Amino acid sequence: MLEVCNVSKDYGPFHAVRDLSFTAAAGEIVGFLGPNGAGKTTTMRLITGYLPPTRGEVKVDGLVVRTNALEAKRRIGYLPEVPPVYPELTVNEYLNFCARLRRVPSRQRQDAVARACQRTALNDVRHRVIGHLSKGFRQRVGIAQAILHEPQLLVLDEPTAGLDPRQILETRQLIRELAGQHTVIISTHILSEAAATCERVVIINRGALVAVDSPENLTHRLKSTDTIELQVRGPQPAITALLGAIEGVLKAEFSHLRQEVGTWQLEVANAGVREEVARRIVGSGWGLLELRPIDLSLEEIFLSLTANQPEGQVEAPPPAADAEKGVQL
Amino acid sequence: MSGMFAVMRKEWKTYLITPAAYVVVALFAFVSAFFFYNMLAVFVMQSLNGGFGGGNLNVDVQVLQPLMFDIGITLLFLLPMVTMRQYAEEANSGTMELLKTAPIRRMDVILGKFFAALGLLIVLLIITGFYVGVVAHYGAPDLRAAAISLLGLLLLGGAFLAIGLLISSFTKSQVVAGVITFVLFLVLWIADWPVAYSSGTAAHVIGYLSVTSHLQNFTQGILDLKDVIFYLSLIVAGLFLTARRMELAE
Ligand SMILES: Nc1ncnc2c1ncn2[C@@H]1O[C@H](COP(=O)(O)OP(=O)(O)OP(=O)(O)O)[C@@H](O)[C@H]1O
Ligand SMILES: [Mg+2]
Repeated sequence: MLEVCNVSKDYGPFHAVRDLSFTAAAGEIVGFLGPNGAGKTTTMRLITGYLPPTRGEVKVDGLVVRTNALEAKRRIGYLPEVPPVYPELTVNEYLNFCARLRRVPSRQRQDAVARACQRTALNDVRHRVIGHLSKGFRQRVGIAQAILHEPQLLVLDEPTAGLDPRQILETRQLIRELAGQHTVIISTHILSEAAATCERVVIINRGALVAVDSPENLTHRLKSTDTIELQVRGPQPAITALLGAIEGVLKAEFSHLRQEVGTWQLEVANAGVREEVARRIVGSGWGLLELRPIDLSLEEIFLSLTANQPEGQVEAPPPAADAEKGVQL
Repeated sequence: MSGMFAVMRKEWKTYLITPAAYVVVALFAFVSAFFFYNMLAVFVMQSLNGGFGGGNLNVDVQVLQPLMFDIGITLLFLLPMVTMRQYAEEANSGTMELLKTAPIRRMDVILGKFFAALGLLIVLLIITGFYVGVVAHYGAPDLRAAAISLLGLLLLGGAFLAIGLLISSFTKSQVVAGVITFVLFLVLWIADWPVAYSSGTAAHVIGYLSVTSHLQNFTQGILDLKDVIFYLSLIVAGLFLTARRMELAE
């Protein structure tokens, strides 16, 4: 459905996106992750045809966005970082205008606007002027505008920014509903959001690809061992010695003591070791208060992936950097 | 095409619900009525004095022609207020991203904005037509000449709008767009002044660019293809360069 092929974007001497390639299959939700300034917005602008890539090309449904712009753009719904609304129009007027822009046939226009308002919970404010709406409602108007014409590809730049928790959950739910009929690309720097909604995650940093995988695989890939956390009431040195002596425990580390309850972090070779640990502690007469496996969070994965990025790459000149510089009027 | 109409409709809606267009129409009505009333008053006074000064009294020469010319000047002052926001506002509010990622052509946006502004200009010319109607009610003006004058004003205004649109595509600041547009209109207006004292080619070339001298023919009821082409080429050049500008800005 979406193919991003070796795409680069330079802003003068600055390389905002470098040789980025990934694809999204029909009906898939792809999360686009990266720290501030990673190039997420830039990439989304390249996908939607707002900016032309300096090198490489983007294909939507087999159509090259650059050369077949009108046909490709018909298949795309786009929520930019800043919702592109006209403050003087009412929600209804604005969505009708968008429906016209997106060439929704006039007979279906009212229905399309009503459905989009329904899905983004905008019905109560349909006749209010957008400039008088709160930021979260403006964001919803932006989402409504993007899904209005039932696009095959939905590109959402930080769709939940500025929404209240309830609306965040509803928006995630909406995105999951949309997937299936639509391919969805969402950018975010909130990793739990990607984990909650996406089947696949594309991580970029400094404009370059870092990793592409499912959230589960990413979590898995980075840990060869399991980590468990343990809370025990009892004598600290004796417990540490005991834990270290259990077969299959690779590392036993005391972390802290609070109200006579000590916390330990264990690295274990496999999950079966957990039972043995529990048995031995209870057997020694100490109080086992908690024993739980710790998953590496996406945050940690993200940090470990992006931390290893070589520094100083930013200014490296790409081949033929100046080949396509236009003459500025 | 449908994209162009969508943009045009949206612009008109904005004219109807924001004060800017009303201010332009109100200022125009006030200023043009002032011109008209004064010219008419002077004319009526001279008529009552029995053609004091010896010349033949002629409502075309003494009222309508100078009125049309002064309305041209009024447009010079007012139209920058119409065009200055056209692209600046889209760039500032982020709606440019909506327009550029919609399945419409660059030209749809440009023409939509241009024709919407042209619609506003036509409202101003209808007000002007009202003055012609008043004169026609009490006297016998040359209606053909008046119609040609109005066509001239439409072309002049159209050229102003196309140039104003081009300038607004260069800056995110409405103030900067407005000031530059106004100064440029002024330069185009007075460009034929050097012709009065200089016979050099340069003066004549520059003088040719003056929108004033071309308007003069229209106000005198002379419909010259040369003048029509002059304004039309300004309009086409303005719109075309705006399209180029949008293309290169990417
Ligand atoms: N028009 C521009 N001119 C020059 N540099 C730009 C321009 N737009 C973006 N950049 C640069 O490109 C880089 C990527 O920006 P981009 O907006 O794509 O980041 P992002 O991943 O969306 O960040 P955020 O999470 O803050 O939204 C940034 O370093 C930014 O400064
Ligand atoms: Mg961004």
